[in-house]
Amino acid sequence: MTPSVVGDRRTLLRSDFPQFLRALWNGGYRVVGPTVRDGAIVLGELREEADLPIGWTERQEAGTYRLAPREDAALFGFTTGPHSWKKYLFPPRERLWTAEAEGSSFRVVPEPSDPVPYAFLGMRACDLAALQITDRVFDRAVADPGYHGRRARALRIAVVCGHAAPTCFCVSMGTGPGVGRDHDLKLTELLDGGPHRFLVEIGSSVGAAVLDRVPTRPAASADPTAAEQVVARTAAGMGRHLDPTGVRDLLLGHPDHPRWTVVAARCLGCTNCTMACPTCFCSTTEEIPDLYGDRSEKWRRWDSCFNLEFSHLHGHPVRPSGRSRYRQWLTHKLASWHDQFGSSGCVGCGRCITWCPVQIDLTEEVRAMQADPDAVQTTGAPP
Amino acid sequence: MPGPSRPRLAVWKFASCDGCQLTMLDCEDELLPIADRVEIANFHEASSAVGDGPYDISLVEGSITVPEDAARIREIRAQSRFLVTIGACATSGGIQALRNFADVEEFRRVVYARPEYLRTLATSTPIAAHVPVDAELRGCPIHKAQLLELLGAILSGRRPNLPADSVCIECKRRGNVCVLVARGTPCLGPVTHAGCGAICPAFHRGCYGCFGPSEAPVPDALLPKLEALGMRPEELERFFQTFNAAAPAFRAASESVRNRRGPP
Ligand code: SF4
Ligand code: SF4
Ligand code: SF4
Repeated sequence: MTPSVVGDRRTLLRSDFPQFLRALWNGGYRVVGPTVRDGAIVLGELREEADLPIGWTERQEAGTYRLAPREDAALFGFTTGPHSWKKYLFPPRERLWTAEAEGSSFRVVPEPSDPVPYAFLGMRACDLAALQITDRVFDRAVADPGYHGRRARALRIAVVCGHAAPTCFCVSMGTGPGVGRDHDLKLTELLDGGPHRFLVEIGSSVGAAVLDRVPTRPAASADPTAAEQVVARTAAGMGRHLDPTGVRDLLLGHPDHPRWTVVAARCLGCTNCTMACPTCFCSTTEEIPDLYGDRSEKWRRWDSCFNLEFSHLHGHPVRPSGRSRYRQWLTHKLASWHDQFGSSGCVGCGRCITWCPVQIDLTEEVRAMQADPDAVQTTGAPP
Repeated sequence: MPGPSRPRLAVWKFASCDGCQLTMLDCEDELLPIADRVEIANFHEASSAVGDGPYDISLVEGSITVPEDAARIREIRAQSRFLVTIGACATSGGIQALRNFADVEEFRRVVYARPEYLRTLATSTPIAAHVPVDAELRGCPIHKAQLLELLGAILSGRRPNLPADSVCIECKRRGNVCVLVARGTPCLGPVTHAGCGAICPAFHRGCYGCFGPSEAPVPDALLPKLEALGMRPEELERFFQTFNAAAPAFRAASESVRNRRGPP
């Protein structure tokens, strides 16, 4: 068999999917992907095919999520869940280095890099867009060694969404549902018009090498057409919409819009939106010395602009009100992110909408401000 | 090295159940290094050997419910360099602060055969209502890791890492699936002080708020959600009236529910 090359399109039968997984495990990858746990489809390590959410989907709306059975045995018949891939590249808690006492001084012991590469199985178009964003975020003045060490060796296996959730708006953000070129392998699950199968498109030589260890055949001409139809159908089913035109100037230009006060009254400041968001990257560090003081570990953990303490500068928080914190989040995400990182910080995945316990929906907030950009506060002074 | 210069530690009990003090004894592996670094001068729960003050660190458990204790805490404060309150009773008045919402006179008459033998205050109040407090550890009971962090910080003269943000952030860092969103289970996590590591949601239970209010809680934003999940007003009131019933933000929440539904 001639080796496959970038751009090749091949068909993988569902019945051969276990061999695909085996090729990943045998290739030395730690395979992580969707799995059912605690009443949701989360991301976790996959050790056998049965770990995949076969025949499962979810129903989600603002502030609510329920696991639900499908009528078929699709492997990827769902959309986004509570977790995003950032938890692997930018872990919730990570030791950065350790300091050990040495005479009257100390020495720094760097963190060894993790030798096992990840295979990310089931990244959606919005997830890949988020990855491009965090790649830039963690490569500012100094590249983050932990993030880039894991990122450089991670295999990205994209899966095209077969439907959109009511909270999805990747079409508005220009990030999906079609998957561009930023993947090693791209899978489109085809459930009709023949046996249960996948169209596999090769995006990199690493992806090609993996696929060459799996039984596949050149894609019949009907399969790429069927895959295009999947994308079109999903695009037509977007549950949410956000018109990004002029949003940057709208938000930056209206810090005193009354809508900020309205949303702040509903917002818990609980941080769930930022934790669920695949591009939110705020963190804090803490020093954890032992009781004797001869060894101290430096840890980084996820933090959030919704925390009062997060904006604590010389003596007091500079964003003391919930209003100023919500405004900071949305304005950074949709406006100043463009200036800082050259794109919007939002990829339209809808996680912040579903996982906000009190149904706050950024698309609705933006729409309200677009509808009446020059509204002024009539009662009370903004806090 | 153990020696005469070790900081002296005292543990004090007021109206409480002893559970927070027991957390100290629960620090099995770390107990020896602690005993090595500090002199445990006064800890009735652990040793009958009691040393006189002054003390470098006083850990205070329990709330003030009787006049004698209001005087005793002042003496302890006067003898302590660092005074740290531990647990819901000491930091907010505890479950016994439910009396603050009721008529203590009536309790006395109903519960005790000879109420005239009983001298009690009308309220259960946190230690900070009586004397200045240097640091507090929340929880019912406190979390062992936070106790060790605090002692380590005092010993090395640094600020302790005791984040006052919400339980939700701990839930998310731990990878828990939100029970409020994915199960419709009432949860106080969004308004509750972090520190427990989001234990209850990890076991599919809603947070009971045993660490009390977070740094910037917005209970008014949570009430409509809890109502939408089917909680009746009397259930909602009780939800906020447990271990930290008298903490101002939780008290305001239960009172706003009560005011809306009128007198019982
Ligand atoms: S802001 Fe919300 S919709 Fe946008 S990327 Fe983040 S979680 Fe997804
Ligand atoms: S927008 Fe929602 S999820 Fe985000 S902090 Fe506010 S209440 Fe929490
Ligand atoms: S389970 Fe409770 S504490 Fe955890 S994220 Fe949901 S609301 Fe917050």
